[in-house]
Amino acid sequence: MRLEYFQMVDRLVALDPDAGSVRADCKVPDASPVFEGHFPGYPLLPGVLMVETMAQTGGWLLLARARFTRMAFLAQVREAKLRAFVTPGRALVASARLVHDGSGYAVMEGRLEADGKTVAEADLTYRVVPFPNPDLRGQMLDVAQRVGVAEEWFHGG
Amino acid sequence: MASTFDTVADIIAETCDIPREQISPDSHAINDLGIDSLDFLDVAFAIDKAFGIKMPLEQWTAEVNEGKVSSDNYFVLKGLCANIDQLVAAKAA
Repeated sequence: MRLEYFQMVDRLVALDPDAGSVRADCKVPDASPVFEGHFPGYPLLPGVLMVETMAQTGGWLLLARARFTRMAFLAQVREAKLRAFVTPGRALVASARLVHDGSGYAVMEGRLEADGKTVAEADLTYRVVPFPNPDLRGQMLDVAQRVGVAEEWFHGG
Repeated sequence: MASTFDTVADIIAETCDIPREQISPDSHAINDLGIDSLDFLDVAFAIDKAFGIKMPLEQWTAEVNEGKVSSDNYFVLKGLCANIDQLVAAKAA
C-alpha cells in the first residue's frame, strides 16, 4: 500500500469476475506521512482508508467484469464496521463479493481481514459508467497490470 | 399478493423516507417525490431484488435524454410499474 497515493491494493490473489469474487493482499506500510497525523504517537490506518481498500478491491472486480470498458465509482457506503485497529506493517487481505450487478450500478460486500480476523466490513454501492476519458482507462490498465489483473480481462468479452 | 405498485410504493417509502400516503400511481419519482439519483439507485436495487429483474436504467435514461420518450414513461410510477411487469413477464417467458 502507498497510502499517500491512494494505492491500497498491492496484489490481487484471486479474481473471478464470473463468480463475482475478488481477494487482494494489502500490506500496510511501516511508515507513511498519513501516520504523522493519524495519530501522532499512536499510528493507525484511518478507517476511511480501510473502506477505500475494500472499495478498490471490489472495483477491480467490476472493471474486469466490464472488460475495462467501464469505470466503477464509489457511490455509497452502508453498514461500515471498523472492528479493530490496524497498525503500520500489518498484512491485510481485502475481499469483495458481488451482491447485485445492476444497470449502471453494482452492489458489493467488502471485507478486510488481518491474521484471519475481520477488521472491517461494509456494503458498497458503485456507479459503473463508461470511462470519462481514454487517459483514465489507460491509467487503470497500467495499474491493473501492477496489481495482477490477468490480461484476458482487459479486452473484449 | 401485493400489486406491483404496492410493492414499489412500499420500497420508495422505506428507502427514501417518504410517507406512503404521498405516493400514488401518478407520482413522478423525481419531479413529485424528489428522489435524487443516489436514492434512486437504492430504489432500483430494491426493485431488482424484489422482482428478480435487472431494470435497464441506462437504456431508459438514454432514451429520455435523446428525447425519444418522455421521462413519464419510466419515472411516473404507473409507467415504471408497467415496465416492471413487462420485465417480469419477459423473464418468465
